[in-house]
Amino acid sequence: MTQPLTQADIDRELREAPAGPPSGHPDRDFAPYRSSVLRHPKQPLISVKDPDAAELSGPVFGVTDVTALDADLTRQHPGEPLGERITVQGRVLDRDGRPVRGQLVEVWQANASGRYRHQRDDHPAPLDPNFTGVGRCLTDDEGRYAFTTIKPGAYPWRNHVNAWRPAHIHFSLFGAAFTQRLVTQMYFPGDPLFPYDPILNSVTDERARQRLVAAYAHELSQPEWSLGYRWDIVLDGPAATWMEEGR
Amino acid sequence: MNPTPSQTVGPFYGYALPFPGGGDLAAPADPAGITVHGYVHDGAGDPVPDALLEFWQADASGELRGAPGTLRRDLVDGSVIGRHGVDFTGFGRVATDADGRWTLRTVMPGNGYISVCVFARGLLHHLFTRIYFGQDPFLDTVPPQRRHTLMAVREREGVHRFDIHLQGEKETVFFDFG
Ligand SMILES: [Fe+3]
Repeated sequence: MTQPLTQADIDRELREAPAGPPSGHPDRDFAPYRSSVLRHPKQPLISVKDPDAAELSGPVFGVTDVTALDADLTRQHPGEPLGERITVQGRVLDRDGRPVRGQLVEVWQANASGRYRHQRDDHPAPLDPNFTGVGRCLTDDEGRYAFTTIKPGAYPWRNHVNAWRPAHIHFSLFGAAFTQRLVTQMYFPGDPLFPYDPILNSVTDERARQRLVAAYAHELSQPEWSLGYRWDIVLDGPAATWMEEGR
Repeated sequence: MNPTPSQTVGPFYGYALPFPGGGDLAAPADPAGITVHGYVHDGAGDPVPDALLEFWQADASGELRGAPGTLRRDLVDGSVIGRHGVDFTGFGRVATDADGRWTLRTVMPGNGYISVCVFARGLLHHLFTRIYFGQDPFLDTVPPQRRHTLMAVREREGVHRFDIHLQGEKETVFFDFG
């Protein structure tokens, strides 16, 4: 029988973890996040440099794929959800800083109490009948997206004893190519749980980790209504259009 | 600009990302329709019940058209109503079930392969692989002893099996397009 892992064990592993790849993405082999141990490949990835690869293009989304209601997570039920109303907005850009236009942004999150509307979430915190926690929108011509929602709560998980996830919103993003696909999580500035969380700290570079944290933006706060956060997203990976433009 | 780092899809995407008909790229009545199915396994050989697979492929003629309508919404209540089954979008999204199994109904891609993007709880950064249905010059660039991990096994007419192993002796070949 092995002893249950404590936060001190995880803290030590986090201190000793080797630096991740230069890209800033997490190494898929990151033991402090226990679920990764059996779920990462051990063979090296095989490099594909084929200008005709299907992955250099990607799925197309259109105005019929979303409705205006999808981007306001506080208006999807008859009543107002509990919690602190916020807007999260920013731009989706490619590595060259160009806007990613007309692409799908999907978000999902826990409610203000830290509970997901998911069958397997057994955290004994209340569900909110007026909050599902799912949103979608398309980026505009400047690559902008915006969601109105409530600030999610922190929640416990079973990585180790007394493990708590910092508050976060899950984001799913598409670029012009399948290779630009990104699923990530946005965090809130100043969260005291940051140093304890093996998922956030799987990004070992401090500056790369900061790119996962939104900024509180007072100019985006609306009087008597909501607090504003800004979070810009940069998609990695090549697209066929880059080559068409001679890159 | 430096990219935004990836983070795991986590265990709770199930009420957010999958959509009705997400695994049905071919219309039910399409006589050219094929079924591709399989399991996702971890390094202990156990099924992965919380993986999410995305598929991107050419149509039967090899064209990557990407018609919109992948996540078509009802204009009245905004709910996801899936695809209408006529335009070929080339995009599929399927969550593995409690047994770690997934099923895709599609058409044979004219360029020989279906691209797959794998997400899962425990996987900090998604993985790309491909499903091939026969010999292809590309497969010659893959180490011979691992080549078979990219090839679907034909079970019977129109039904193909493709298992994904995230780790272990049968580990699937995954790609880096960087
Ligand atoms: Fe989460």
